[in-house]
Amino acid sequence: MTTVNTRESAGDQTVGAKKTGGFTATAANYIDERTSISGAVKELGRKIFPDHWSFLLGEVALYSFVIILLSGSFLTFFFQASMAEVVYDGSYAPLKGIPMSVAMSSTMDISFDIRGGLLMRQVHHWAALLFVAAIGLHMLRIYFTGAFRKPRELNWVIGFILFILAMAEGFTGYSLPDDLLSGNGLRIIDGLVKGIPVIGTWTSFLLFGGEFPGTDIVGRLYSLHILLLPAIIVALIAMHLLFVVVHKHTQYPAAGHTNQNVVGYPVLPVYAAKAGGFFFIVFGVVMLIASLFTINPIWNYGPYDPSPVSAGTQPDWYIGFADGAMRLIPPGWEVVWLNHTYSLNIVVVLAVVGLFIVTVMVYPFIEAWITGDKREHHVLDRPRNAPTRTAIGAAGVTFYASLWAAASSDIMATHFHLTMEGVIHTLQATTLLGPILAFFIAKRVCLALQKKDREIVLHGYESGRIVRLPGGEFVEVHQPVDEYERWKLVSYSDFKPLMLRPNAQGKIGPAEKVRAGLSRWFFEDRITPVTQTELNRAHGDHPSAITDQEHQSAITDK
Amino acid sequence: MTTIKKTRAHRPSKTGRRHPLASVALIAIGLLFTGGAYAAFSTSTAVATTDASSQQTIAEGEKLFAANCATCHGLSAQGSTEGPSLIGVGAASVDFQVGTGRMPMQMQGPQAQKKPVQFTSEQIAALAAYVASLAPGPAIPAAELLDAAAGDAANGAELFRINCAMCHNVAGAGGALTEGKFAPAIENVSAQHIYEAMITGPQNMPVFNDMNITPEDKRDIITYLKYVEDNPSPGGLALGSLGPVAEGLFIWIFGLGAIVALTVWITAKSN
Amino acid sequence: MVKDDNGAEDVTAADSPGDSLAPIAASTAVVTRDSLVNPGFPPHRPRITDLDHKEERKAERAVYTLFYVSIVGSVFAIAAYMAFPIVPEDPGSVRLNNLFIGLGLSLALLAIGIGAVHWGKALMSDHEGVDERHPVRGTEPVRARAVEIFQQANEESGFGRRTLIRNSLIGALVVFPLPAVVLFRGLGPMDQNPVDLLNETMWKKGVRLTMDPSGTPIKASDVTLGSSFHVIPEGLSEMEHGRLEEKAKAAVLLIRMDPADLVESEERKTWSYQGIVAYSKICTHVGCPVALYEQHTHHLLCPCHQSQFDVENHCKVIFGPAKRALPQLPIAVDAEGYLIAQSDFTEPVGPSFWERA
Repeated sequence: MTTVNTRESAGDQTVGAKKTGGFTATAANYIDERTSISGAVKELGRKIFPDHWSFLLGEVALYSFVIILLSGSFLTFFFQASMAEVVYDGSYAPLKGIPMSVAMSSTMDISFDIRGGLLMRQVHHWAALLFVAAIGLHMLRIYFTGAFRKPRELNWVIGFILFILAMAEGFTGYSLPDDLLSGNGLRIIDGLVKGIPVIGTWTSFLLFGGEFPGTDIVGRLYSLHILLLPAIIVALIAMHLLFVVVHKHTQYPAAGHTNQNVVGYPVLPVYAAKAGGFFFIVFGVVMLIASLFTINPIWNYGPYDPSPVSAGTQPDWYIGFADGAMRLIPPGWEVVWLNHTYSLNIVVVLAVVGLFIVTVMVYPFIEAWITGDKREHHVLDRPRNAPTRTAIGAAGVTFYASLWAAASSDIMATHFHLTMEGVIHTLQATTLLGPILAFFIAKRVCLALQKKDREIVLHGYESGRIVRLPGGEFVEVHQPVDEYERWKLVSYSDFKPLMLRPNAQGKIGPAEKVRAGLSRWFFEDRITPVTQTELNRAHGDHPSAITDQEHQSAITDK
Repeated sequence: MTTIKKTRAHRPSKTGRRHPLASVALIAIGLLFTGGAYAAFSTSTAVATTDASSQQTIAEGEKLFAANCATCHGLSAQGSTEGPSLIGVGAASVDFQVGTGRMPMQMQGPQAQKKPVQFTSEQIAALAAYVASLAPGPAIPAAELLDAAAGDAANGAELFRINCAMCHNVAGAGGALTEGKFAPAIENVSAQHIYEAMITGPQNMPVFNDMNITPEDKRDIITYLKYVEDNPSPGGLALGSLGPVAEGLFIWIFGLGAIVALTVWITAKSN
Repeated sequence: MVKDDNGAEDVTAADSPGDSLAPIAASTAVVTRDSLVNPGFPPHRPRITDLDHKEERKAERAVYTLFYVSIVGSVFAIAAYMAFPIVPEDPGSVRLNNLFIGLGLSLALLAIGIGAVHWGKALMSDHEGVDERHPVRGTEPVRARAVEIFQQANEESGFGRRTLIRNSLIGALVVFPLPAVVLFRGLGPMDQNPVDLLNETMWKKGVRLTMDPSGTPIKASDVTLGSSFHVIPEGLSEMEHGRLEEKAKAAVLLIRMDPADLVESEERKTWSYQGIVAYSKICTHVGCPVALYEQHTHHLLCPCHQSQFDVENHCKVIFGPAKRALPQLPIAVDAEGYLIAQSDFTEPVGPSFWERA
């Protein structure tokens, strides 16, 4: 079995093309003599990318970001980030003559007086929602397939920071129009910041340039939104992609896929056609949604004013989990001690959300410490083959989903004819108990699936056909699984719980004890992959299985 | 642990139906009508309407009342343990409650819900005339106060945001109240019913008397609501005007859903 | 050879993950000699476009048709830009403008995308390629050279040797960003203190309660049973500067209840007037306007985080994350029958903060 199988030699065509005449060759020569670009083409032009739908989720995020940059640039030509008061005199009758900030008024003008302006606003906002959603889904894929393992731990951290920055971009952008909905959102931020012990009051005062709402916040958020945050995001995306090139993409376990190769299509031409085409598809889908569905109708919300509020005041989805966490706090969580107010109803939310975020960010390092596995991993785990990790993920998703659902507690109450108190109490319970339940269910499901895989490898699929043997015995014919499918089912890493051994001084340190405990928790329930011996034995006593001899010859033929 | 989980999960739906809420709602409705009566005495809409209706209509209304309403509200509308007194609630209250189908109530719940109207407009007028004849109360508003074309949508929108949007949502899509009650969506509600709701304060809605929101201001609010109704959302379908929750669900299910389906197509091997 | 933590020594199977890239500890991973062998790539299955020339032509036609469709979409979008202008005061025209430009662009984009992908899938070579992986870490000579470079630099600069220079540099680098921190003090006005500002609102003795947004003063007799008025202090609606900042603290909800329903403490008996009570509208949780008043239950609900306050009992919290009751504004009636404030709020309104006691 060969690990390297370079079916097409890289670079030949490009070099060849440059020797022939014509405009393309002249242009290529001109550029290469000034940039040495041929080297990059040689290195990257036939670089292999594996093909799987789940590998495109990160691209969705990237493309959404490009769409956001394009539509956002258009919006900056019209938007004015000022909180100076003007009287609206645009085209939308129900706001005519109403005092509002220049920010709101210019956003109204983009929506109602510039052709295609509303379309660009909606493209921008829908793409922003998609951006964060795609990052979320991409992260779930990375997590559940174990793609964060060595050597990709740092890239997980970069990606995670990008996720946080995307949410920050989203929130700052949501606040810019200075409408009633986003103004109440900022009001909540103000209240949240004020509740932080010691520094809260002054932080809010400096953030808003005086008392809330002040006349500075929109301008300040604007420079964060269009300058600082995008610059950091672009830099981190560049780093993120650079690491993808350095590490080469992971691949799913499959016949012929090894830890030393990467199997897929070359950048030029197939991957370029697919990935390039996919950009237009994502853009097209966002454009279609923007042309058919309203998003953030600020004309309904009206300008920000601290007195009114709308029923169903919610943040955009990605802030929902934090807003939901605030709603789930039971009454009375605030104490006055030594002449200072401790707003536990805020501090606990910040602590829990913060802890959750940090845990997710450092998870790769935790798992690496527990397994002690220092090997590089380029072949992904099928989620079932890492039952404890998958179960932890399921618990985390349940926890997040509970908080997220809580942010729409009032909408759930009205739409499902429940009491809002009942919804909140139920979600308080699911937030605390749901993750535990999800952990056990997910772990059992994974183990059951692994057992099923073993059965299939050893005895084949149940065909449903019953035959009578000459001895009068009835057996069900099992359809044997082919060797390629079988490889997918047996090729995974198996871990044993860590056994404690004294170090050179004959001692066992507390850290090692913790590690051993965690290792036991991780790996005590394990289903080992089928070995050759087991397979031989199974085939030996099963009439319908193909013999091992046939296998060996099939492999050696290659 | 599983059983605990289950009971918890089911609790809200139960509390929604047979919580002590039924009695709370009853008391609420009782208070509502006495409140309405109080309001009637001190607002400018408190016009004695008995003169306007002929004795014949009143007699007809009395018969309808005895047959359909008296079980709960008492034979002479004095109220009972089942329903509040209707003395002094005025014709506007009857027109709103019966004209939107809220009365007669089908079953006790956190609040009376909108449903198909049970009576013809003549019958509703007769009932209203009868109840109005018992004591003065808010009258059915005159047509010129309901003319959406004559109002100022911008003023109406501002008043709506300050006085109404916190319960009914800025786009009139409705919202949740405590203990299973809710502020209903007010899209496609007739101008007359909107006006009557403001002056009578049905269910848990506060009363907006003419000192608080003048009749012209009320008309402006109607103008705004009709403007929103007549001019569909400029950005395209409004997703129920529910705001970011609907938008977030939409992008996850349909936006990202469609894109994931496309990624599967892109990476599937061609035939 | 790999040694695992369980003390077992074993040879890695030829194809188990993680071998041969580097002889690195697998720790608790089980490495077995007996694992199955990777069967190698399955046989290549040709596509219909590889076998049938007619199908290939059909795919080719589909691709260029899609690209032409995209041009049609772009032209349609340009035409829609001109054909569906925005008519002032007509939101319907905005809807059409948005819809048709958008549909044209969607068509233009989707057709390019689908065409390109179809080209890639059906017509371009579908033979998979294979790249070889190398360990991410540099090769030993490279790493050795890198270490050497650093050592040489250390030698030549004396970074490790001249500790005084090094440490003073580190000190300077630590201190130099501090002025930036000071500069950020200027984000807020220099002559104000947030704690003082939070302790006062526009309300003071004799200020009339007026309606939001008109500023019309309110007579006690106007506030009928079951009413709720949204109130701002007299003079706020005419303010040129700082109107929203004052409103964010001074907004009040005025409610009239049956005096029999009010459970008032001794010291606050004089704060209401014939069942009329005034409470701050700013939630004590994080500051949303608490404006949802239920006429019969006398509950106030905050629509942001569902805190509920009981107006009968001095707006104490009965549900939700808020802790403190809404501050009450003491009110009275002046000689002309208008409602006035007796004083400012007796405690800071709105969200809790550290310095609040």
